[in-house]
Amino acid sequence: MIEFLTVYAENWASWWPQIRAAIWVTLGLTGFAYVLAMVVGMLIALGRMSRSALLRGLCKGYVEFMRGVPTLVILFLIYFGLPSFGIVFDAFWAGVIGLGLSMGGYIAEVFRSGLQAIHYGQREAALAVGMTPVQAFRYVTLPLAFRIILPPMLNMLILLLKDSSLAALITAPELMLTAKDLASSTFLPMHLYLLVGVLYLALTLPMSFVARHIEARMRLGAAR
Amino acid sequence: MTLVEKIELYSLTLLKGAGFTIGITVITFCVAVALGLLFGAIKAFNAKRELSSLLSFTDAVLYLSGRLLVLLINVYVEVFRGLPALAVLFILYFGLAYAGLQLGSFAAAVLGLGLIGGAMLTEVFRAGFGSIHQGQREAALAVGMTPLDALRHIILPQTWRITLPPLANYAIGLLKDTAIVSAIAAPEIMFFARNLVTRTFDTEIIYLLVAVIYFCLSFPLARLADRFEARARAGVR
Amino acid sequence: MSEPLLKVENLHKSFGSLDVLKGIDLELGRGEKIALIGPSGCGKSTCLRCVNYLETPNRGHIYLDGELFGEKKVGDRHVHMSEKELARQRATIGMVFQGFYLWPHLTVRDNVAIAQIKVNGMARSEAYDLAGEVLRKVHMEHKSDEYPERLSGGQQQRVAIARALAQRPKLLLFDEPTSALDPELVGEVLNTIHELANEGRSMMLVTHEIAFAREVADRVIFMDDGGIAEQGPAKEVIDSPVNKRLKSFLGQMLERH
Repeated sequence: MIEFLTVYAENWASWWPQIRAAIWVTLGLTGFAYVLAMVVGMLIALGRMSRSALLRGLCKGYVEFMRGVPTLVILFLIYFGLPSFGIVFDAFWAGVIGLGLSMGGYIAEVFRSGLQAIHYGQREAALAVGMTPVQAFRYVTLPLAFRIILPPMLNMLILLLKDSSLAALITAPELMLTAKDLASSTFLPMHLYLLVGVLYLALTLPMSFVARHIEARMRLGAAR
Repeated sequence: MTLVEKIELYSLTLLKGAGFTIGITVITFCVAVALGLLFGAIKAFNAKRELSSLLSFTDAVLYLSGRLLVLLINVYVEVFRGLPALAVLFILYFGLAYAGLQLGSFAAAVLGLGLIGGAMLTEVFRAGFGSIHQGQREAALAVGMTPLDALRHIILPQTWRITLPPLANYAIGLLKDTAIVSAIAAPEIMFFARNLVTRTFDTEIIYLLVAVIYFCLSFPLARLADRFEARARAGVR
Repeated sequence: MSEPLLKVENLHKSFGSLDVLKGIDLELGRGEKIALIGPSGCGKSTCLRCVNYLETPNRGHIYLDGELFGEKKVGDRHVHMSEKELARQRATIGMVFQGFYLWPHLTVRDNVAIAQIKVNGMARSEAYDLAGEVLRKVHMEHKSDEYPERLSGGQQQRVAIARALAQRPKLLLFDEPTSALDPELVGEVLNTIHELANEGRSMMLVTHEIAFAREVADRVIFMDDGGIAEQGPAKEVIDSPVNKRLKSFLGQMLERH
């Protein structure tokens, strides 16, 4: 055990700069992809509630497609497939776009169920006490929807952070790939993969803790 | 070769890969359900055991060991829900090999994805068991069922109804997650696809075909999940 | 006098540091009907639940038909029975819960029959005949194929009573059987229980329905603070209470109705 740990002490100075850079790449991938996913998700969710049957069908098809196809395949299509059509992204942005488009399908469903979960009567009650439709949306519908979607949105962020490791397979220099490179140059795979494992946990555990805390508080709020 | 011929040729190879994908998915699913059912049951039933019903030394030992078990299960769940699947696979496949334990890529894939799935399904089954009122169980005991009878005839049949939708959704996620086991050289669709690409350079055709195959595999599962969900929403039946 | 059907001896039960039962002794003769009344938290439900070992007593013993219940003697020591032995004994006592607890995944008929099929190994057809018979008794035979969620609370409770009857129990326990019901549904359940009482069944009943207890029970036991504060023939105890707490309790109950 001690021996195992001393390896970290000995190599830390040479590993850390690369790992630190990789953490930023992972966070960047996650952050940009999350923003893209929210934009895509909002558009798709609105599209699914639109009056045009064609638009509704297209948006439903998008959600179904992303639900049925692995994120890795989307990444490969964008990074390896699109260049055949003359569209070239570097690995990082291919990762952002692939992760964002894939997650967008899920986030669209979160938005949609959030908006649908609000009972029609709650809006009517707001109108009945004299709010304008805009006020009803601003003070009733929106806060209610926000409460409902916040926990799943946090869970989506955790999922996205974990999925960002897939970008390693299209050579985006994030944590997983950096660990793999270091592992093959130092022949210490166990040390490096455990290290990135711990780093991922250090990022995901606090988030899932917060998500659960909020969820529990909202359940209490709903019960009251 | 014309495009149609290429598609035909590549599809044949990729469908062979799809057979492996289905195999890995089914075996991993069974592993995950077994783990989730066991750990979920332990968590649910230990939550209901109260400190106040401790009557003897043996009860106290049982209670404490139950608490310890639940703690260990919680750690397992948190760790495997927080780790990317790729990290788990690399640790099991490359890491363990370094430590002297060389798992086959197939075994590492099933074990890794199974452990991750088990962590997810532990919570699913715990919630399933937990959603059934304690009175249901007491009524079963009162008519003369043993705790095991009550589990089999009263609690499990109801748990299935509640857990079927998340189980079906898990199966879809798992099917898609198997795509990454190509990274540890386990044979499945993506693995076959990457080999094809290096031989033919028809990147876009091959990965589009892959997308179509995955979609065709998961689409029926998705419909099933929707049906289960609609049924679960409609009522207990 | 012949041996009592049920004998409760020095029953103690505590939850953590809270002593709920502080030494209960009581006997129930064959065909006798006892009503347990008292303010909430007095331990009457816990006492009932200890009788069939849904709660394990901390001290004291239960005898049913002269046999030790839930425990066995090894030498001089009392040890708990295995779950299997306990289940066999529980099968001889029927219990009706405040919350009904019908099993929602089974039809009314299966709710009544399943224990007979799975526990007693009765043939399905025979168990269904029995289910029909007891459901007729509670006037619920016409709902045999329904699922519990489709029934009103009163109907559910009557099915739960039929489920207990199907056990051909030596003793019936009722744990506040009407407390979870809407007021207009209380009557049908009380009527059913009344009919069973007239058949000469042995019953123990925890209830807040004082008038009903007075009419149906042979004996009323007033529990207060984990002990028996007063007991005697039902009409005597309720019409001319001696204990001060019982007097004020009855006063409150009458006010409420």
